[in-house]
Amino acid sequence: MSSTTPAPLHLAVALDGTGWHPASWREPVARPRDLFTAGYWADLVTEAERGLLDFVTFEDGLGPQSSLLLAPDERTDQVRGRLDAVLIASRVAPLTRRIGLVPTVVTTHTEPFHISKAIATLDYVSAGRAGVRVRTTARPDEAAHFGRRTIPRIDGFDDPDAQQVVADLFDEAADYVEVVRRLWDSWEDDAEIRDAATGRFVDRDKLHYIDFEGRFFSVKGPSITPRPPQGQPLVTALAHRTLPYRLVARQADIGYVTPRDAEQARAIVAEIRAEQEAAGRAGETLHVFGDLVVLLDDSRAEAEARRDRLDALAGEPYTGDAAIFTGTAAQLADLLEELASGGLTGFRLRPAVAGHDLPRITRDLVPELQRRRRFRDAYEAGTLRGLLGLTRPANRYAAA
Amino acid sequence: MSKPLKQIHLAAHFPGVNNTTVWSDPAAGSHIEFSSFVHFARTAERAKFDFLFLAEGLRLREQGGQIYDLDVVGRPDTFTVLAALAAVTDRLGLTGTINSTFNEPYEVARQFASLDHLSDGRSAWNVVTSWDAFTGENFRRGGFLPQEERYSRAKEFLATATELFDSWRGDEILADQATGAFLRDAAAGAFVHRGQHFDIHGRFNVPRSPQGRPVIFQAGDSEEGREFAASSADAIFSRYATLKEGQAFYTDVKSRLARYGRRPDQLLILPAATFVLGDTDQEAAELAREVRRQQVSGATAIKHLEFVWNRDLSAYDPEGPLPDVDPVVSEEHISRGRAQVRMYRDPVAIAREWRQLAEANKWSIRDLVINTGNRQTFIGSPATVARTINDFVQSDASDGFILVPHITPGGLDPFADKVVPLLQEQGVFRADYEGTTLRDHLGLAHPDAPAGTEPAPERAAS
Ligand SMILES: Cc1cc2nc3c(=O)[nH]c(=O)nc-3n(C[C@H](O)[C@H](O)[C@H](O)COP(=O)(O)O)c2cc1C
Repeated sequence: MSSTTPAPLHLAVALDGTGWHPASWREPVARPRDLFTAGYWADLVTEAERGLLDFVTFEDGLGPQSSLLLAPDERTDQVRGRLDAVLIASRVAPLTRRIGLVPTVVTTHTEPFHISKAIATLDYVSAGRAGVRVRTTARPDEAAHFGRRTIPRIDGFDDPDAQQVVADLFDEAADYVEVVRRLWDSWEDDAEIRDAATGRFVDRDKLHYIDFEGRFFSVKGPSITPRPPQGQPLVTALAHRTLPYRLVARQADIGYVTPRDAEQARAIVAEIRAEQEAAGRAGETLHVFGDLVVLLDDSRAEAEARRDRLDALAGEPYTGDAAIFTGTAAQLADLLEELASGGLTGFRLRPAVAGHDLPRITRDLVPELQRRRRFRDAYEAGTLRGLLGLTRPANRYAAA
Repeated sequence: MSKPLKQIHLAAHFPGVNNTTVWSDPAAGSHIEFSSFVHFARTAERAKFDFLFLAEGLRLREQGGQIYDLDVVGRPDTFTVLAALAAVTDRLGLTGTINSTFNEPYEVARQFASLDHLSDGRSAWNVVTSWDAFTGENFRRGGFLPQEERYSRAKEFLATATELFDSWRGDEILADQATGAFLRDAAAGAFVHRGQHFDIHGRFNVPRSPQGRPVIFQAGDSEEGREFAASSADAIFSRYATLKEGQAFYTDVKSRLARYGRRPDQLLILPAATFVLGDTDQEAAELAREVRRQQVSGATAIKHLEFVWNRDLSAYDPEGPLPDVDPVVSEEHISRGRAQVRMYRDPVAIAREWRQLAEANKWSIRDLVINTGNRQTFIGSPATVARTINDFVQSDASDGFILVPHITPGGLDPFADKVVPLLQEQGVFRADYEGTTLRDHLGLAHPDAPAGTEPAPERAAS
């Protein structure tokens, strides 16, 4: 075994309301009344940038948040309501300089044409720091908000009746990302020529119809927005089982996964790598990040006490898809290094209480990882692709 | 007794994807880099303009089956760039053109409500209805509507979006950390809409925004378009910027309001207007001719003629005489993706008239297009332009103008520096913003204001 320091880790933070714990809004630091203001989001993203994080993600959904998996609830004791994630990301872009901005987009009910130009535009307004996190929704109530399709009620993703519904949603998501990516390439970089001699503003041979025809939709193209600064902004997705792993392997630059330990991490990474090879992308950089909910304090006892207090306020223990870490920054650094040995290249941390745990990440965890030479000391690139070690890709339509 | 002086409303239209915009000028910058939008928005805000305006078209225009390459091509996503501009401006209204055929109410309502929150109440929506199958090829619905349904969908779309905006009253969020009540009411955002175009129900997930709803603009010009505006819009983006046409349109539309129980000051008429400034009127006139020549290259002149002739005229010399062949009259048009295709209703008669004009004046094709096309609305010294704009507004040709400069991004600067101070001196344009929201700037009531407490329209005694 080599004795050199392993590669630096990538770190992202997932922003969702006042934090991931349902009682987070009741903490004195939480600012729940500011949730629908630009200032609230600007402060969080500025804090993340201060910690040199690779990027932040913004959660979103096309219905109210819910404590139930696939239906709305009637609760009044948790945060309900949110702003459009793409617009939050764009609103904070001019106020930040280096950090990546990755809003969530629901593929099930939106238009790939609109979203492609929205993310391209986020890339322009942030000078190359845009990404997107795609997700599907199987909530029948959200389908009823659009009225274009009905989604049968399913009781869980492992339910056998659900398999076809879920498979279709993920196939559609894969088509969706394909369209979004083709549209980003539908303008070659040098399509704008401003040729005074012939009076032509663009060279139309460098604008391309994408002519996508699939099971769920067809899209002609080209985009109305020129190719974004990064060429291809980052595409990311959260994945918990084989179907979403396949989506990640086929279409994403980063997959977020939820292993409980290094061994599980190794198994998931192996599955994704096999799917990646099957999709013909073996040579491409595909990051697999671990998702963790974090409660960080000066001692483990303190963090556990805080978790107990939050759980008591919520009326039940908080559980979710991702493991929950309680402890100190040094203990979290140990855990991240351990999980990374299973093949993860980075982490997306979900602060239990944004106002508390985000500054703990930027001010305690980051310096701890820097001491261990596992995290950057300064931003080393101007684009999000650059921060993740991805080069600017060639345009699929450009003549070789 | 003299009428009180009307206050003028001014807006800045980011130079568009059409031949008004001169991209070949050495001063012309990027149409897509964010820095151009920032420059333009900051100039408008420095000049205390009411709002910035963005047009939109959802498919690249084509002519003769090929992408039209002579004008500026390409633009950003409307919502996304407006949200970013909210970060670099403080008071300027942000108006986006969003189509009611190729979108869904739940998503658009979320986007406008979000933009309104993120801009502290500065959002506006220009509802447009382009319905063609050509544009629809970019969308899921494969979408197109029969032409006669465009406004029935638009009306229902806006009504549905309004129900969504109104599904939160504004007092639902308690966020009481002590008692643990975040919402006052579990039904916040509940809505049901059953109609011909939309059958949707559930819960809207964006709480009420500072303006309650975005300010609503309308830009269609047909009979149905005017009725739609009279019933549902706060302002019209019109194409009638001359005195006589402006007055006729103004009278027509304002007289429709009573039928909907609305007062004339509840619908503002804001025509698109172009301008050329010079130190003297004569210098401006010369500059204006130069700008027209820049706007109409030989290649553009041929394309413009094809527009009327509805056939390929690429073999003709723009410096030569007009074609002696007649226009093709057909439902199929050579140009696709443009809003103004139906402007030329009797092409054969127009062709005859243009041939006669060209012969009488010894005009080439290019001369004809330059001379018959839209000249700039306001040409002159700053004093002349300020006086003309004020005259138009005071004589009810409009309530103000949406100015479309021909240079990106600096084309608005001379207007801001030289014309606005004169209007301010005359007491017909604000010296500073008095309110914070776009409704404040436009003198429009908040939708929740009790009847009878609307702000008085901005007027100064003369
Ligand atoms: C001054 C003006 C500006 C317009 N701008 C746009 C635009 O930016 N995008 C668009 O899709 N349609 C635009 N339109 C088209 C109209 O909004 C409308 O959808 C179309 O003219 C059909 O309606 P009508 O038959 O009532 O005119 C514009 C129309 C006018 C008069």
